Amino acid sequence: MQTIVYIEKNPITNKSRFVSLELAYKAYTLMQPSKGEVVGVFVGDSLPEDTDDLFKNGLDRLIYYTDDNLKNLQSIAYKNIIEQIIKSEEPDIVLFGATHNGRDIAPLIASSLRTGLTADCTQLYIDDLIYRKENKGQSLFQVRPAFGGNILATIVTPDNRPMMASVREGVMTLPEKKLNKPVKLEKANVDFNKEWIKNDFLSIIPKIKHVNFDTSDIIVAGGAGVGSKETFNLLHQIAKSLGGEVGSSRAAVDFGFSEKVRQIGQTGSIVRPKLYIACGISGQIQHRAGMEESKKIIAINNDKDAPIFGIAHKGIIGDLNEILPVMLHYLREEE
Amino acid sequence: MKKIVVLAKQVPDTANITGKAMKDDGTINRAVLPAIFNPEDLNALEMALEIKDKIDAEVHVITMGPPRAIDILKHALYMGADKAALITDRKFAAADTLATSYSLSGAIEKIGDVDLVLAGRQAIDGDTAQVGPQVADKIGFNQITYVSKLQEITDDYIIVQRDGETQTEVIKSKFPVLLTVTDEANNPRYSNCLNMLKFFKSNIPSAFSDDERKIAEENGWVIPSYDLESLELDAEKCGLNGSPTKVHKIKSITLTGGNLEMYDNQHTGIHKLIDDIKKDYIEVD
Ligand SMILES: Cc1cc2nc3c(=O)[nH]c(=O)nc-3n(C[C@H](O)[C@H](O)[C@H](O)COP(=O)(O)OP(=O)(O)OC[C@H]3O[C@@H](n4cnc5c(N)ncnc54)[C@H](O)[C@@H]3O)c2cc1C
Repeated sequence: MQTIVYIEKNPITNKSRFVSLELAYKAYTLMQPSKGEVVGVFVGDSLPEDTDDLFKNGLDRLIYYTDDNLKNLQSIAYKNIIEQIIKSEEPDIVLFGATHNGRDIAPLIASSLRTGLTADCTQLYIDDLIYRKENKGQSLFQVRPAFGGNILATIVTPDNRPMMASVREGVMTLPEKKLNKPVKLEKANVDFNKEWIKNDFLSIIPKIKHVNFDTSDIIVAGGAGVGSKETFNLLHQIAKSLGGEVGSSRAAVDFGFSEKVRQIGQTGSIVRPKLYIACGISGQIQHRAGMEESKKIIAINNDKDAPIFGIAHKGIIGDLNEILPVMLHYLREEE
Repeated sequence: MKKIVVLAKQVPDTANITGKAMKDDGTINRAVLPAIFNPEDLNALEMALEIKDKIDAEVHVITMGPPRAIDILKHALYMGADKAALITDRKFAAADTLATSYSLSGAIEKIGDVDLVLAGRQAIDGDTAQVGPQVADKIGFNQITYVSKLQEITDDYIIVQRDGETQTEVIKSKFPVLLTVTDEANNPRYSNCLNMLKFFKSNIPSAFSDDERKIAEENGWVIPSYDLESLELDAEKCGLNGSPTKVHKIKSITLTGGNLEMYDNQHTGIHKLIDDIKKDYIEVD
């Protein structure tokens, strides 16, 4: 078998995006039993500066196509280039990060190849598929939440190849120990036509506050129950003394207590820190979708029936206005 | 004149699942969930109407779904859309995004000479964000996804802001182009009273008796409805047949209670919690 992983670069750090590393490793584990190959595909202006890291996470080979015109997302050009690579490699599986750019081009490619694409998978595994009493052989089983996160559906692509899936950042894990694989780079042998450049990028405004949840072991998150921007500021202080990052629910963003980039959940970031402290967050399904894989969850809420307690490991029932200052007091006590 | 098509979907209101919608076994009873206009499709429609406020344009809204999806088409007419059409056929049922985009692109081609297609970024019942791009591919349009602001539109080009994850991109494209629009783009307008009076009797042709239909036609109440045949589509590419992905298994999510350890909300409890956090997560030399 063979799996292609679409590799993306973070324009700010010039390194591979975390999701690309995560997918390289996921593909590696999927391909282990059949000793299949994991091939990365990169399109852009220049390779990420940490290409060796991709190999340490599971790539066998990286096929790339670089051109100055491809610095920014050019949907049609990216699609045409990647499609040519897929047609020549004939992989069984193609994985995309469900990033804004991945979700832009993956559906174009699936449409053009007339194959199935399953969005935002939370689990992927390979097994024999019996579909309508016919053995379809080794197939990719794609598990994804649907219906606003209220059901988990397992999707298969019985008759079309490649089987395509996207996965959000933070869902798959990195190897405990880095792999020892040689770097193998290969320039793609594809046609490129300047007419495929359809988007004229007039300007690019970097988002100043790009919160990096990937590297935080502790996330202190606040919801509507925090009640005010001032009280939310206490969360920042608590996070600071714990060396953590601040996250929030959508309601806290809507109320203006916190910024959109800090939103955790279905339409925000997916996080899996060692410790997640949820303050004044009810734990609606859309929020849980972004944090329930956290190793430990502490919930602080004045409603003992709040759904967040259903997934929490530790909890306090009470008023945040009273609890947060006391927490801060004891945190700073021995500093 | 610019011809704009807005793609809209009627969806179950997954955001407001109340106790009534939960069955005893903890699964959801979809039948009792209210059907609503997919929120981001309203943002797409609003953008189309804003364009119409600025330049000479005609706004068509199409939806694929069962006959009751007519409700969102009426809503679109109330907001100010010029034309609406329903795409409905039992053979379209159980379509995945590929088959859906094929049927929708058939309808866009039927309208003909379209300059701009607008769709919500994603629908709240599937959240795939795939239908927009797959329609763009089928009709051969350029695309810009995650559009968070309409900046400028002229007869020759459109300039929008795209919400990239680490950056906001200001992009100019010629026509034809398809945009998928996020909820940050605008605030959808309310229904207009005069439009409500004008269109509240609107329906698909089969909903009127022969006598009524003539009056309905004269008053512009008839919303055309297209099926597989009238769109000249290939049945093999529609509905379940045309869907490469199949649902293998469905599992409802029920909350599994963990081992919850409680701390009291007085100084002693909070002190203990902080001590436990420090012990487990903060390394002390
Ligand atoms: C398509 C879609 C996508 C969505 N995506 C996301 C997403 O990505 N992330 C997200 O978070 N949400 C998302 N939502 C919204 C989600 O459904 C909830 O509305 C949201 O998570 C609620 O936020 P909350 O828990 O902060 O607010 P609430 O549900 O209002 O909960 C507030 C909590 O605070 C408690 N509280 C109040 N006062 C106090 C006090 N003084 N002390 C202690 N506790 C107190 C209350 O008991 C309550 O439990 C999405 C919704 C939809 C429809």
